[in-house]
Amino acid sequence: MSRSAVALVACIVALALVPLFAEKFYVQFFAKIIIMAILAMSLDLLLGYAGLVSFGHAAFYGAAGYALALATPQFQAASFWTSLPLAVAASALLALAIGFFVVRTRGIYFIMVTLAFAQMLFFLFYDTKIAGGNDGIYIDARPVADIAGWRPFSLDDYRHVYWLALAFLAAVYVLLRTVLRSPFGRAIAGIRVNEQRMISLGYATFRYKLACFVLSGAIAGIAGYLAAVQFGVVNPETLGWHLSAAVMMMVILGGMGTLLGPVLGAAAWMLLELGLQGLPDAGGVNLGKHWQLFMGLFIVVATLVLPHGIVGLARSLRRPAERSLDKLGTNDGLGTNDG
Amino acid sequence: MKNKMFDRRGFLKGAGVLGAGLAFPGLALSQGAKIKVGLMLPYTGTYAALGVAIENGFRMALAESGGRLGGREVEFYKVDDESEPAKATDNVNRLVTRDKVDVVVGTVHSGVAAGMIRVTKESGTLHIIPNAGVGAATGPLCAPNIVRTSFSNWQSGYAMGAVLAQRKSIRNVVTLTWRYAAGEEFVKGFKDGYAKGGGAVAKELWLPFPNVEFQALLTEIASVRPDAVYSFFAGGGAAKFLRDYAQAGLKDKIPLVGPGFLTDGVLDAAGDAAQGIETCLHYADSLNTKRDNDFRAAYAKAYKMPPDVYAVQGYDSGLLLAAALKSAGGRIEDRKAVVAAMEKVTVDSPRGKWHLSKAHNPVQDIYLRRVSGKENKYVGVAVKGLDDDPASIAACKMS
Amino acid sequence: MDLHTFLIQLLNGVQYGLLLFLVASGLTLVFGIMGIINVAHGSFYMIGAYLAWSLTARLGSFWIAVPAAIVVAAAVGVLLEWLVIRRLYDRDHLYQVLLTYGLILVFEEMRSLLWGDDVRGVPVPASLGSSIPLTETLSYPVYRLFISGVCLAVALLIVWVIQKTRLGMIIRAGSVDRQMVQALGIDVHALYRVVFAAGITLAAFAGMVSAPVSAIAPGMGNPVLIVCFVIIVIGGMGSVKGAMLASLLIGLVDTFGKVVHVEIGGLHVLPELSSMTVYLLMAVVLLWRPEGIFGRRA
Repeated sequence: MSRSAVALVACIVALALVPLFAEKFYVQFFAKIIIMAILAMSLDLLLGYAGLVSFGHAAFYGAAGYALALATPQFQAASFWTSLPLAVAASALLALAIGFFVVRTRGIYFIMVTLAFAQMLFFLFYDTKIAGGNDGIYIDARPVADIAGWRPFSLDDYRHVYWLALAFLAAVYVLLRTVLRSPFGRAIAGIRVNEQRMISLGYATFRYKLACFVLSGAIAGIAGYLAAVQFGVVNPETLGWHLSAAVMMMVILGGMGTLLGPVLGAAAWMLLELGLQGLPDAGGVNLGKHWQLFMGLFIVVATLVLPHGIVGLARSLRRPAERSLDKLGTNDGLGTNDG
Repeated sequence: MKNKMFDRRGFLKGAGVLGAGLAFPGLALSQGAKIKVGLMLPYTGTYAALGVAIENGFRMALAESGGRLGGREVEFYKVDDESEPAKATDNVNRLVTRDKVDVVVGTVHSGVAAGMIRVTKESGTLHIIPNAGVGAATGPLCAPNIVRTSFSNWQSGYAMGAVLAQRKSIRNVVTLTWRYAAGEEFVKGFKDGYAKGGGAVAKELWLPFPNVEFQALLTEIASVRPDAVYSFFAGGGAAKFLRDYAQAGLKDKIPLVGPGFLTDGVLDAAGDAAQGIETCLHYADSLNTKRDNDFRAAYAKAYKMPPDVYAVQGYDSGLLLAAALKSAGGRIEDRKAVVAAMEKVTVDSPRGKWHLSKAHNPVQDIYLRRVSGKENKYVGVAVKGLDDDPASIAACKMS
Repeated sequence: MDLHTFLIQLLNGVQYGLLLFLVASGLTLVFGIMGIINVAHGSFYMIGAYLAWSLTARLGSFWIAVPAAIVVAAAVGVLLEWLVIRRLYDRDHLYQVLLTYGLILVFEEMRSLLWGDDVRGVPVPASLGSSIPLTETLSYPVYRLFISGVCLAVALLIVWVIQKTRLGMIIRAGSVDRQMVQALGIDVHALYRVVFAAGITLAAFAGMVSAPVSAIAPGMGNPVLIVCFVIIVIGGMGSVKGAMLASLLIGLVDTFGKVVHVEIGGLHVLPELSSMTVYLLMAVVLLWRPEGIFGRRA
């Protein structure tokens, strides 16, 4: 195995050991980071690899949570083995439906319509009684993973939820790596760099982009399902644009167009949020209460100063000689389908 | 003064260690340790003033027993819930799992409270609800460790419905409120009460929460022309609604009624637009009982503003907790004993005497009030000793 | 619904649409001329409302407060453009969206620090405080008519500036070919500063003028922003004509959506799903013309 693969496995093992000696609050916090990392990776597929700036990505995350909530009978538990595929399928179908409309637009329109469709879904759940309206809906009994009497894990145990999330993180990483190295993945990269050329080469770019959109939505659905299991509650905010913007920020912060970047970005973002919320008082003002001010300033500064995110920063620090080569290549993950 | 406190603490510690150390080695350390109270209230947003009033009332009750509960000192942990149901579980988890408080006091917004009770029901943490009237808390989701010192949304709606049912001139009514759990429960209570007189609601109008664009719906009301409008809004939304209702010329033509929240705490902002509006609530200004007058004077002195129903609810939460802990000898860790003590207490509240129902909701008198000047003046008793929605009572199964 | 009620609801819808236009026009101008998408645009609506409240309290009169607030808003716009926005000109739309989203958070918290988190109100100025009786039960507040009048006046002003003045000519030229305009010796950066300041001042002005009839509360800019996006997508980015048409359309759809009853196959669609109507409208327009009604073909 290559050095980086060994390093990755070592990281996963280290993460797996966390529940053995950390307090419940922190295990659940780390699980939250892992779930956000999965969501961020799914968005990076669109943002960094396909060059599609989706501002409504949370819709697919929230939809999976709602699917689980609606599939769970009241005060009874659903089966893990049926509810997970159902939730992921719901997200994928939603991505197909929305993608059908939005993938035909470009540039700034694409950004705005993805936002607007996510908002439509938001209001569908917020204003109607389909699932508890703006108070949200509760999953009172977590799904059970029983197969013919044998229970491999219990989702009522917060450590099992953590390990499950970690397993999915690893699986999604492997899946995305495989997809991106396949001919499909290379076509997607080509579309990002120059869609016209791809069309002239005979590629049905609309279909490729739509497929990418659906895959990304399905993975977001995995994250949404895990989140619903962990928190036991789903509400319209899980579909909201604040979450969409936060995930975008995680991807940019970590480094677009890389697979590890979003993971690092998710961790950095959540840790930053936790840290800022705990700020003490200063000059008669509770700084922790106004943590979003610092978060906002951080976003502004980071956007201006770190165009390639943490991964880009690490790269430029580690290998200064190769920096000039990077500029020639197209490995910067930038570029949208702007006219 | 300082010496006395030192001695008392030392005495308690000594006695505690001696006595408890014999029977419960684990408790020896916690006896005399501070009681952790977690306050989860809205300190920002449209309900911010309510959160502050509740905390003020609670602290005042504590001050009356020397700043202690059951003889033990109190340590406060505060979380701003921003009236956001989406963050409810996260926020309450911080208090329950990370800060490990002994009792959670919260909150105002029914949707947020619904999230809180799911966590506290599971963790068994003592939970006092000082406002949120969500029916489920003392209905299908009731639990021995969850107690409410305020009201259920249904109670207040029922009372107003019962009042209108007795007026022969009111034959059709339109309801208008936000579409969320609290709004729906108020309307249901109103319909139940109004139905007793054989009346029915002509139309139900809803607005997404927390939308305050009333124009289209006011126009609709004018075209339906009911005999009365029952409406629930609170905080900033209520002030705007009252002003818009008056500006649309409806105020003097179609009587507006609602639960007390429509006019509590908004009279400054609403001014003339609120005059003469009748509401039902378990508290009123100018109740003119000695208990209430004393309370109001003390509160105004301490906080430089008159108290409102939220302050009373916060105060009663403190009273209830203090009385129960006194009975249980300060042992908040013994939840069963504390809850049993709470169930036996008759709270001598500024609103009047009340006690907890089997489902842990206050059984209390609901008053009819009318806005006069800057006060919600007491007019009479709408319903005496009202328990809760029969459907809620039936659904509550406390193990 | 009888004719009277229909006409009044029509009036309600138009009034709402005109107010939306005032906010959306700024957003579409900034994008059309500068190519910048500013998602913090809604925050200026909020800032305008809070400025109106705070200055009315301080200066004692709404009529003095508004011009003062306009000056403050324009100054903020110039400062913001100089500090931050001008670094976005050559950047991807993604970065513009993210950076301006960060600004939303900053503005929201600064609002909290400066003016607190309570819900505020501005009293309707006495001179416009009456209501006109329209039916025997319903009266229409004169101030709302005033708002509509002001919005129309501003719309005409925008059109006049762009079509009939030298500044407008430069703006139109700059949006088509920036480099040529620069080559002709015109200071494009100063131009952009003016346009940006004007754009956000329009949003702030909308907040100010509607302050007496809205609830001045934290987060009040967010719903307005989202609706503005829909307006611009429907009307076409950069098109003032499109923004006007789309705003009126949305104002009407939203207003009627709240009060009509529509059932499809036993399912209550309206008014339950009234919030979704504008997005459905957007979906329909997208299918028909992806670049918006008056948008430029990409």
